[in-house]
Formats: sequence, structure tokens, C-alpha cells
Amino acid sequence: MKTIEYAAGSLLTVRGLPVEEVSAILSETARLERMPHAERSQILAGRRIALLFYESSTRTRTSFELAAKSLGATTTLVSDKSSSIEKGESLKDTGLTLRALGAECIVLRHANSGAPFLLARTTGLPVLNAGDGMHEHPSQALLDLRTMLTRLPGFDAGFVDAKTLQGVTVVITGDILHSRVARSNAMLLPRLGARVVLCGPAALLPEYALELGEGVEIERNFDKALRQAGADGRGVVMMLRIQRERLAGVEIDLAEYIDRYQLHIERLEANAPKALVMHPGPMIRGLEIAGEVADGPNSAIEDQVRNGLAVRSALLVRALGKGGFESVTV
Amino acid sequence: MSDILILNGRVVDPANGLDAERDVLLRGGRVAAVEMPGGLKHAKVKETIDAAGMVVAPGLVDVHVHLREPGQTYKESIKTGTAAAAAGGFTSVVAMPNTVPVNDSVAGLEWMLDAAREACVKLFAMPAATFGSHGDEITDFHELRRAGAVGFTDDGKPVLHDRVMRAALVAAAGIGVPISQHAEDTRLTGGCSMNAGPVAFRLGLRGMTVEAEARIVERDIRLLRDIERSDGLRAHLHVQHVSTARAMDAIREAKRDGLHVTCEVAPHHFTLTDEAVGDYDTNAKMNPPLRAETDRLAMIAGLMDGTVDCIATDHAPHALFEKEQEFERAPNGITGLETALGLALRVLHKDQGMLVSRVITLMSAQPAGILSLEGRGTLSVGSFADVVVFDPAAEWSFQAKASRSKSKNTPFDGAAMLGRVMATISEGRVVFTG
Repeated sequence: MKTIEYAAGSLLTVRGLPVEEVSAILSETARLERMPHAERSQILAGRRIALLFYESSTRTRTSFELAAKSLGATTTLVSDKSSSIEKGESLKDTGLTLRALGAECIVLRHANSGAPFLLARTTGLPVLNAGDGMHEHPSQALLDLRTMLTRLPGFDAGFVDAKTLQGVTVVITGDILHSRVARSNAMLLPRLGARVVLCGPAALLPEYALELGEGVEIERNFDKALRQAGADGRGVVMMLRIQRERLAGVEIDLAEYIDRYQLHIERLEANAPKALVMHPGPMIRGLEIAGEVADGPNSAIEDQVRNGLAVRSALLVRALGKGGFESVTV
Repeated sequence: MSDILILNGRVVDPANGLDAERDVLLRGGRVAAVEMPGGLKHAKVKETIDAAGMVVAPGLVDVHVHLREPGQTYKESIKTGTAAAAAGGFTSVVAMPNTVPVNDSVAGLEWMLDAAREACVKLFAMPAATFGSHGDEITDFHELRRAGAVGFTDDGKPVLHDRVMRAALVAAAGIGVPISQHAEDTRLTGGCSMNAGPVAFRLGLRGMTVEAEARIVERDIRLLRDIERSDGLRAHLHVQHVSTARAMDAIREAKRDGLHVTCEVAPHHFTLTDEAVGDYDTNAKMNPPLRAETDRLAMIAGLMDGTVDCIATDHAPHALFEKEQEFERAPNGITGLETALGLALRVLHKDQGMLVSRVITLMSAQPAGILSLEGRGTLSVGSFADVVVFDPAAEWSFQAKASRSKSKNTPFDGAAMLGRVMATISEGRVVFTG
């Protein structure tokens, strides 16, 4: 009924993020990566970024922090375990406190879906969603995209349009229901031309998932799904962890799950020998993915982590109004 | 109270099959006369209301409101909640028992109904069906009925156990009042904050399924059948805020079978769908949740075909700081007293072609009938002088900040309304003028 304005430079969801804006973020990522350290460290010199983490994180938190520092910004880490959040302070008041202390941008990881919208509304600051509940993880989708562009043959990592990923099939397998990574990827990649095939048991992948948007399909048989990722080197297999902390009564027979959905070397070689293997982490070796696959030549898992640092640098630059962004939207 | 003469209005009084120009005389807190235009020109009164172009109807009756007193007067009080009711054209409201403490005793009920609470319209109350609304042991229905109870409910929660619900229905049947059931199988809705469906999936929120509502409605209907068969009692089940097509179907079938089932639908459930949650708008969070479009249309169908007995608001005020939280943490509920008539006329009358008199029936005569509220919901001579005068053609937009309620938690801030209340009269006193 009422349109709510969010601060320019926020990234709350990939939904509605224009393709041109995705392209601009990738282009900025490439520009920052080429830039000499000394120059890069001046871009956000003296700027203040707060990292507000209500859930544990290794990759996301560290990469945002390192990204901010490499750009010259000061960072403050506030976590729910060691702050007034433990005493019952609300998200709004925590955000207002950080703003009063000079934060110009807040990177938020939160267990409740939608929390970044609340923080952006109540503080008026640019907010970067670093993962909210089961909802989205937009920076992960962007770094996954960059990983595909850099590892699959024939792409320019600094540019995308609505047709760039035509012919690319991305199979996302596992606990889709609880995965914010799956949602962000499934809502971003088809808009660039990719086919997204979701794979998992009904308890972890409801049919509703099809309504995430055009270009999303469901194939419950993992071998069949893998074959769709093909042998032509234009396929991606993204594996997801079962999120025990969010299962809430859903019972999964792990032995059966491993049998049907684990990505192991025989399964990969038999169905999609050239597919790029990705995993947003944290991964449980021996459960959704075999160690040999994670460490094998198809694996792009470490590239994902490296690209996380690069893409998040661009997102921080964008959030603080620097770089070459023209139409900055959420 | 003074005598009031309402002239030149279109009197819509469904209880008497009346929809025509009439003059109405209110005297001594009662309806004294309803006559052809000009027929009351010799009546001597201090106050005259010119209702030309207006509808003059029985004051509206809301069988489902939360007034938050005692215990949560930062959200609402009986005084402010009934002021909001008056502004919405309501002259009778039924307070739910989920106050702090829960209204489960004669002392609590009497305190609530005491004049010291300053209700400006007639206040009725439904005490808890079970002590503390814990769902274990039914309260003293006889004593509570004597103190004014018009029904029993654990609203906010269901009476979950078959045995307890059966006992409650039997006990209520003995004294001629309904058990009002909040139909939600809470064993299926843990951690859920909106309707299960594609929107919830996209937003990463756990969803309440249609089954969670329908299973309780279907179970309660089975209990009614069983009570009729084995106890020879005609128990009365009132299903609160129906929101799903499947529950509506079950109620329709039960009515066809002659069981004593009544039900209410809230304006938000025939106006909005779960898409209104948008970017986690906590003012679109209530229980039962906004559902799918097919469910919304089923609510309208039920209202049109008579399956639905009344419109009830489930007015549920919450403070801004409570709603300004993460969606999953924010409390359920929205205010509704000041938007009910405007939405009903817009959606049911204007968009769906329902007669104004039928809208009035659903908001006065029938809700009064369900709870046997004598002298309410009608303009029969001798009944209470409860009257709403409204302009049926006025189009306006509701402004939450102008609300009489202490709380402003509504998804209808700025929404289009049809029909504006010009005056509300409760037992002969003008309690609102627009």
C-alpha cells in the first residue's frame, strides 16, 4: 500500500536488483581487483562500517571485514553474544546505536528472515544483507555468479546481461527449504539466462519453490538432475548442507539421504564429469559431498571464497556511494 | 441521554425487513418510534439529526475484539477500544478473554464489565473456556453466564484436546451459549508466522497450512455430531475468523446437515492475501494469517451464499515497538474497528454487489443473533437506541494516525474505504460524530 524507501546502496534481496546493476557490481569487482593496493586502500579511507552478526559466520564475516579493511574503512564487529543484544536490546535500537556511533553502513547477518529490511527502514542507513534466516544471501549469489563467469569457459567476469548465461544449467541440490543461498541463486541466475534445476527430497524442497520465478525447475532424482548439468562444460552443481539448526521437526534419514543425494566421485563422473562443483559452505564432508569431490579438479569452492572477498569489496564501495554506480537500488 | 429524532434517512433494519425512508425517534435510551417521513414532526426533542442521503442502521455488533484491559493498557483500554468501536459504527463489542490475567473468573468478568472501565458502547465479554486458557479444565460456565458471559473461548489459542472441547460444548449447550473456537492445530504451526505457500517460501518464513485450521474445524464438527447423537444436546459451535476455503466448505456442509455451527470472517480475510506481507510488513501479520487468493474468494463466496453468519474484526491492537520487530518475533494481530464498515462496503457491496442491507445484516442483526444479545442489532421499537448513521456513498481513505485506538497497527493505513460513519448512538447517547 505504501512504498518504503531504502537507503541507496542497500542490498537486501536480489529480487528486483536490475541486471544492469548486477553487471555494474561485477564490473566494479573486476576494477577493484586490478587496482594497486595503495590506491584501493584509499577508496573508503576514514569511512565506518559496522558488521552486525546475530549468527555465527566464518566466510561471510571475515570476507566483509577484510574487504572493508582493504578499502581503508574502519570496521566494528558487533555480535549477539557479546553485546547488549544479550540483554534484550531490539534490532532497531542496536541499529540506531551503531548509527549514533558513526556507522555509515551496516552489514547484517540475522537468524530471522527479513531482519535487514527492518534495520534498513529503522536506521535509514545502507544495509547489506549478509544472510537473513531462510530468506536470502544476496552477496553469496553474486560471488557464485562471479565464480561461474571466471571458471566456465568463454565469459567476461565483468559483464552480464539477460542472455549471458544462456545454455548454462545450475543444479542446486540438498536442503533448499532452509537455504538462503538457494533462494538468492534461484532468483538471480535465471534472470541472466541460466536454467536452475532444484533437487532434493520433498521435505526439503516443496513444490512452491517453482514459483520463485521463471527458469526454475525441480528434478528430484539427483542422477537425472546431474545429467542435465551435462558433459559440455557449461554445467554447475551446487551442493548444500542440511541445516540441522533449522530442521524444526523435519526428520531426515541420513543414510538414505547420502545414498540419494551425496555428490561423490562415481556419481559425478558418471553423470556430469565436466560440471563445475560449488558449495557455499560450511560443508560437511562425507554427508552432502565427498571429500575427493570437494578437493578435486571440478571444485570451485575455494574460488567462491576468494570471489566473496572481491564481490563484497564492490558492494561496500557501492553502499558508501563510491565507484561507478549510476542507478543504485536495493 | 436525551431524546433524538433522526430525520430523512434511509432506514436499513434487516431484522424488520426494512430498507426505506423513515424517521426514527429515540427516547429513554430505546427506539421509541420508526415512522414514515414526516410522521414524527410533532415529537418534541432537543436533538435532531438530519440524515438526508444517509443510511440509518442498527448500531454494528462485533463479536470479536481484544481490548487489552486488564494488563496491557499500553496497547488499548476498554475506554479507547470502545471509542474506536464507536468511530467505526459499532455499538456492541464482545471482548475476548486473553487479557492479563486471563478473564476466567466471575470477579475478573465483573471487573471488566464495570462502569468504571468507561466503555462508551455496550461491552459484552466472552470469558475463557478453560482456566487460564490452558486448555485443560473448563471454567465455571454457570456462574460466569450469570455474571454476563455471552459465550466462552480460549481465543488466541484453540481448545485443542477432544475431551476438553467436548466437555466445553456440552456445558455451553446446557446454558444456551456458544463455544467460540480459534481453529488452529497448534501442533502444526510451531514457528510459523504467515500462510504456507509460495510467498512464505520466497520470504523464507515458515507457513501455517490450511490443514492446521481445517483439522480443528472438522474435529469440532465431528464433536457436534457426536454430542447430538449420544447426548441429545444441540451444542453451538462458533468458528472464529475463518480464513481457508477448506474450513469454509466444512462449515457449509455442517450447516446443510442442520448442525448448530456459526462462523465469522474478518474484513482482512476478504480483502487481502498473503502477498500483502510484502517486505515483511508486520502490520500484515495476524493469526489466522492472510491466505491465498483462492481462500480470499472462498471467504467472499461464503459471505455471499450465507455460510458466513457475521463479519467480526478481531481488533487486536499492539504497540508500535512490538510491531517494529523482526517479522517472526512481532505479535499477531491488527486493529480493525474503524475499517470494518468501510472495507465491507467497498469489497462486498461495491465490488461484489452485495446489498447494503445484507452488509448491515452481517454486521448487526446476525452477530447479535448468534449470541442472543437482546435488543441489539435491530431498530425494533423497544430495542436499545443503538444506531449508526453513515454516508454510504462517501469514498475516503483511512488514516491510521487519526485512529481512536491507542494502537495504529493496521495494513489499511491510506486504504480506500466506502461509507463513512457520521454518527454513532449508543443507548441514546451520541458517542461519535464524524
